[in-house]
Amino acid sequence: MAELTGKTPCDGLLPLEIGAVTLVEADPGRLTSVAPYRGGAEALGRALVSAHGLDWPAPNRMSVKGAARLIWFGRDMALLAGPAPAPGLAEHAALTDQSDAWAAVDLAGDDAEQVLARLVPIDLRAAHFAVGHTARTLIGHMTASITRLGPDRFLILVFRSMAGTLVHDLKTALEAVAARR
Amino acid sequence: MRLTCPICGDRDRREFYYQGDAVALDRPDGGAGAETWDGYVHLRDNPAGRTRDLWQHEAGCGAWIVVLRDTVSHEVFGVELAMSVGEAGA
Ligand SMILES: [Zn+2]
Repeated sequence: MAELTGKTPCDGLLPLEIGAVTLVEADPGRLTSVAPYRGGAEALGRALVSAHGLDWPAPNRMSVKGAARLIWFGRDMALLAGPAPAPGLAEHAALTDQSDAWAAVDLAGDDAEQVLARLVPIDLRAAHFAVGHTARTLIGHMTASITRLGPDRFLILVFRSMAGTLVHDLKTALEAVAARR
Repeated sequence: MRLTCPICGDRDRREFYYQGDAVALDRPDGGAGAETWDGYVHLRDNPAGRTRDLWQHEAGCGAWIVVLRDTVSHEVFGVELAMSVGEAGA
């Protein structure tokens, strides 16, 4: 049997600190997409509250309970980040383990918004995109999930195979923003 | 050009994939004649003016949407979820 060494998606690429922004690999915990079966949304909502203390998120929003996050992830889909899903949820929704499918990075600092403004085609300023807001959108040419975790902090997810491109694009934007300070 | 996804809101055109005429929502019965199926599968108008097209919010929520717009003025008259249109027609 070969000895295999597990590597995180951004292994060898991060962390970076440029100007007033840091970019580190995030560990969002276990990732499970939750897609309610047709007609199952209400029962799923109740099961999520009783099992995880999480409300089903409205589009473009995230629910948080302790270390567990439920991030809106598309039409009739949310991403449970943190705990393993309670088994009862499977009665009402398709659950798919996506833990190894996504590269997750944490972008933080005074200029984080300025960096994302160079790459993302939606308005991520705090007046429009507050803490707890999330979006499925583009970063560069990649489809992404972007969530505001704090006043100057964002969680960004892209497909794992895009980790190198994500770090490259963010690094270029970080350098450009830092050069203007 | 911008489109308002019924789920995500106002978004840039680059987030959307363009499929073409929303004819796919009007699939003929299995027993329809060859001429009807030929038209459904192969024949499309190319109007200068109003169109009713299927788009997908590919880089957003993933929903298929029906967009009513004008190819001459570029005005967008409305956007609906294809799922709602399909259910209303079923
Ligand atoms: Zn959308």
